[in-house]
Amino acid sequence: MATARTYDPEALRAHRRRRDNSRRLRHFILHLILIGLLCVMLYPVIWMVFSSLRPEAEIFGDMGFIPTHWTLENYVRGWTLFGNKTFGLFFINSLVICIFAILGNLIACSMAAYAFARLNFKLKWFWFAIMLGTIMLPIHVQLIPQYIFFLQIGWVNTILPLVVPKFLAHDAFFIFLMVQFMRSLPPELEQAAVVDGASYWQRYWRIILPLTTPALVTTAVFTFINTYNDFFGQLIYLTDIDRMTVPVALRTFLDPSGGQSSFGGLFAMVLVSIGPVLGFFLASQRLLTKGIATTGFK
Amino acid sequence: MASVTLQKLTKSYAGGHLRAVNELSLDIEDGEFLVLVGPSGCGKSTALRMIAGLEEITDGGIWIGDNFVNDTHPKDRDIAMVFQNYALYPHMSVFDNIAFPLQIAKLPKAEISKRVVEAARVLELEQYLKRRPGQLSGGQRQRVAMGRAIVRQPAVYLMDEPLSNLDAKLRVQMRAEIAQLQHRLGTTTIYVTHDQVEAMTMGHRVALMRDGILQQVDTPQAIYNRPRNLFVAAFIGAPTMNLFHATLTGSGDTATLQLGSRTLTVPAAVTGQRPGLARHAGQPVIVGFRPEDVADAALRPDLPAANRLTATADLVEALGSDVLVHFGVDAEAATVHSSDSLQQIKAASGTSTAIARLTPRSDVRLGGTIELVVDTERLQFFDPATGDAIY
Repeated sequence: MATARTYDPEALRAHRRRRDNSRRLRHFILHLILIGLLCVMLYPVIWMVFSSLRPEAEIFGDMGFIPTHWTLENYVRGWTLFGNKTFGLFFINSLVICIFAILGNLIACSMAAYAFARLNFKLKWFWFAIMLGTIMLPIHVQLIPQYIFFLQIGWVNTILPLVVPKFLAHDAFFIFLMVQFMRSLPPELEQAAVVDGASYWQRYWRIILPLTTPALVTTAVFTFINTYNDFFGQLIYLTDIDRMTVPVALRTFLDPSGGQSSFGGLFAMVLVSIGPVLGFFLASQRLLTKGIATTGFK
Repeated sequence: MASVTLQKLTKSYAGGHLRAVNELSLDIEDGEFLVLVGPSGCGKSTALRMIAGLEEITDGGIWIGDNFVNDTHPKDRDIAMVFQNYALYPHMSVFDNIAFPLQIAKLPKAEISKRVVEAARVLELEQYLKRRPGQLSGGQRQRVAMGRAIVRQPAVYLMDEPLSNLDAKLRVQMRAEIAQLQHRLGTTTIYVTHDQVEAMTMGHRVALMRDGILQQVDTPQAIYNRPRNLFVAAFIGAPTMNLFHATLTGSGDTATLQLGSRTLTVPAAVTGQRPGLARHAGQPVIVGFRPEDVADAALRPDLPAANRLTATADLVEALGSDVLVHFGVDAEAATVHSSDSLQQIKAASGTSTAIARLTPRSDVRLGGTIELVVDTERLQFFDPATGDAIY
């Protein structure tokens, strides 16, 4: 049965006002909670930023934000802590290791992934399972035998133990990542190349690798972050001050034996050392999310 | 250019328990356009991929020209293949996509450029050479895939359902373009499709497969007019051929056909063309007639009045150029079972349904009574035991 309805613009407007007010209130409360959580998380970072800009003696004397005396002395002292060996050297050491690690992972992991994803060979699934199994192995289990091996071949106190394994497809996770990506590419792309006469290498280099760009960028970003932040491996293998990297150098600001520690210098150099990671991430973020236009398959 | 010969080509899976292609033998002449057609899973694409070298051969042999190519690498078979999804490289421009096989063959840059531009001219792609495949329409992508094939100037083209991703209108246009291109180039072409309209309109010959077995290979007209068995009769033609169980009585000039409660006279010309019918006199047969062989009796006074039947129009589909009328026949329908065969639908009245293709001039209305006449000179007969045509 039809009911009679009348159009009352005033009632409609009042209803909309009530609905909008209720929505605004909900959003306001939600934002208030989020801002509160953000403050809790950002407090230590902001405190560190301001602490790096106050004199060493004031750092733990005043837990407030704003320094009573503004100074850049922590940055100067932190940068030149080791006399003629400035922090710039540690940055260069870290970046050299990162560049080789990225190159190694991109080349070796993509080649291994291509083999697992696209080629047929005996015991393929067995080797794939073995490769995946290495992801489960804790680094501490591998560290001692690896250290003994590298010590015996005279690679300790060089960057080789940190770099060479990357060229031997050492990071199983990135192989797995690329295998999954390559498997999602239509097999006809490669079959067309086979009919056109392309060799394995040409198919890998000209067809598969360019189409795997999103996985390659992801690998590059995470390899950089992992390597740049790797404290344990670099601490063990790099003993000479000339070869020290940023994470190892940062540790030297603190004296674990309870002696003189330089928290001001530490905070200052921590902030400086965030720069490359942040820059690299921001520069690659566009590539990471953009990927490559894969339309045209169909 | 080259001929292609397949001898007892077989592809087995699961240790030989499943045969995707079963002893397929075909002789494809130099310059011929052969269409491999059949329902999904009939083995046509597998056969094509074996010819391309992308699938291992379980048994049998393939010759391209005089060369036995079973163990030859795909690149050395002198073939080019167009895939269903075009397989265009999305990160390359149209130019590079077309040039790819020539770059792999390490031809001089000037020669590559000349050939690509020529192919682009033939396919009307000149203005799109700098674009990426993602910036092209479906039809243009299909042309790029064709371009990549023709630029190699191979002996044989292999095409695996290249039009199935296009919309209906573009498909009609592209199938004409491919047929024209093949005619112009004169290159041997093997074309796989599940679309019987493509098969009928494009190929010099059509090879129809079912469950890995070749059913018939012939010209489109011959396969339409003289199907070798029930499956071929049902698969080729849209709407499908009307197939019913009937009883043949008499022979020669006096042959008649008992179709349900109706009796149709079988012309002497038909029994003359099909001497095998004499062996089936007095026995059940399967009779087939195509929708266009049923006419509005009012518009075809030339056809014998004895073959008229009065029916109710259960469904009327006006297509503009034709009117399809679904009507009941009180005879048992003959069904053809395959992955995508058309199952006869029982009509509301409990009878089987037949379809007539009438001219738009016919005055037929849904639910109305219409007098139809069957052109019995075009009847097809099949052995109900084997499904083979009776000739």
